[in-house]
Amino acid sequence: MAGLLAAQPLFAGLPGGAAELVAGCGRNVAFDPDRLLLAEGDDATTLYLIRRGLVAVEVHGPDRGGLVVDTVGPGQVVGWSWLVPPYRWTFDARAVEPVGAIAIDGACLRGKADDDPAFGYALLQRISTLLLDRLQSTRLQLLDLYGDDGRR
Amino acid sequence: MTVVADTGPAPVPRHPLTPAVFRVVGRRVETGDVVTLSLEAADGRPFGFRHGQFNMLTAFGVGEVAISMSSAPGGPGPLEHSIRDVGPVSRALCALGVGDHLGVRGPFGTGWDLDAPAVVAGADVVVVAGGVGLAPLRGAVRHLAARQRRDGGRLFVLVGARSPDQVLFADELERWRLEGIHVGVSVDVGDPSWKGTVGVVTALLPGAGFDPSTTVALLCGPEIMMRFTAQALVDRGVDADTIRISLERNMQCGIGLCGHCQLGPLLLCRDGPVVTYGGVAAELLRERQR
Repeated sequence: MAGLLAAQPLFAGLPGGAAELVAGCGRNVAFDPDRLLLAEGDDATTLYLIRRGLVAVEVHGPDRGGLVVDTVGPGQVVGWSWLVPPYRWTFDARAVEPVGAIAIDGACLRGKADDDPAFGYALLQRISTLLLDRLQSTRLQLLDLYGDDGRR
Repeated sequence: MTVVADTGPAPVPRHPLTPAVFRVVGRRVETGDVVTLSLEAADGRPFGFRHGQFNMLTAFGVGEVAISMSSAPGGPGPLEHSIRDVGPVSRALCALGVGDHLGVRGPFGTGWDLDAPAVVAGADVVVVAGGVGLAPLRGAVRHLAARQRRDGGRLFVLVGARSPDQVLFADELERWRLEGIHVGVSVDVGDPSWKGTVGVVTALLPGAGFDPSTTVALLCGPEIMMRFTAQALVDRGVDADTIRISLERNMQCGIGLCGHCQLGPLLLCRDGPVVTYGGVAAELLRERQR
């Protein structure tokens, strides 16, 4: 498990044997197409590191069904809500194709970060970078660039 | 390595300020608001141009608008323009049917320069297009795909669209994929039938697997998209001088006289639309429009 974690961008290169530290929190999981990794409103207990396949992040609206607002692929992360209270998922995440992932227990990971502040700080820096990228991408999507732009 | 010119027949001189009459010989609805018109000159003369150039198209009695060619120069078939219905002139052009006539002035501006040494010499070519921005790159992709089949090299076509039903040239994208071209498509919002990527087009870059040290990139789409994509490519190690972007302003005369399309020191109808990102363009893209 430590080797698998060390190959994931979230943990790659973190100092102090971070992958070994977290290895006990992780397990390999697989999802068939159309299976939910997590569902809106459920307790947020798990961080998923995607190793293969594609995961759709969905939100549901009246008369609109499931709208896919983002997709997550190999090397990327699904699920942040385990990090902060109230630890509840705010979106669905569904396997679009066969998905292999490492599931990391959120409470276990928080405990490791609490016990080792240097690791915790480094981990939060990584997560903040990913969240910033996600926020930036979401802002661009909100601009509806292709809809309003009249170029050629 | 064989070098094939990306130019068609030598351009037949026409007066740059006088529209030539062309006839619509084909019309294809691409998406809900994009139509491709196939055109032939009423006088039968051939029309030469370079990949990435544009024409000024006249809807008689309505007005004139700059539209890039979406066909390949020198290839089989007529001149093609893919037009998005966004205003009175483009709406009138989109409404034309087979047998109708329109005015054509051009070709104008710079092209993608597909015969540049950096492109020919086995480079990875990354084409990134957003929305109708795929139209000015379509002929270039066809040309590069043919060159790839003959000479090797790798071609990556990454496309962003608003939604699955707004993906331009979807059938052609699938054909390119079957030909071995790396094709990635990302939409801003998916629907239950969509099994591809959702997110901004830059989300497709990590999975593309190109070699930044040998990459030449061609970008066309909304300016914000090109700015972020160019920066993402530079962040991945691509030389800014090998990134080409297609800019657009208020093109009018087409020959650098009227100044309506000025962007800093550039007159984009003459010095563009295709410019090198690593030159003055990167700074100009950071300028706020007033």
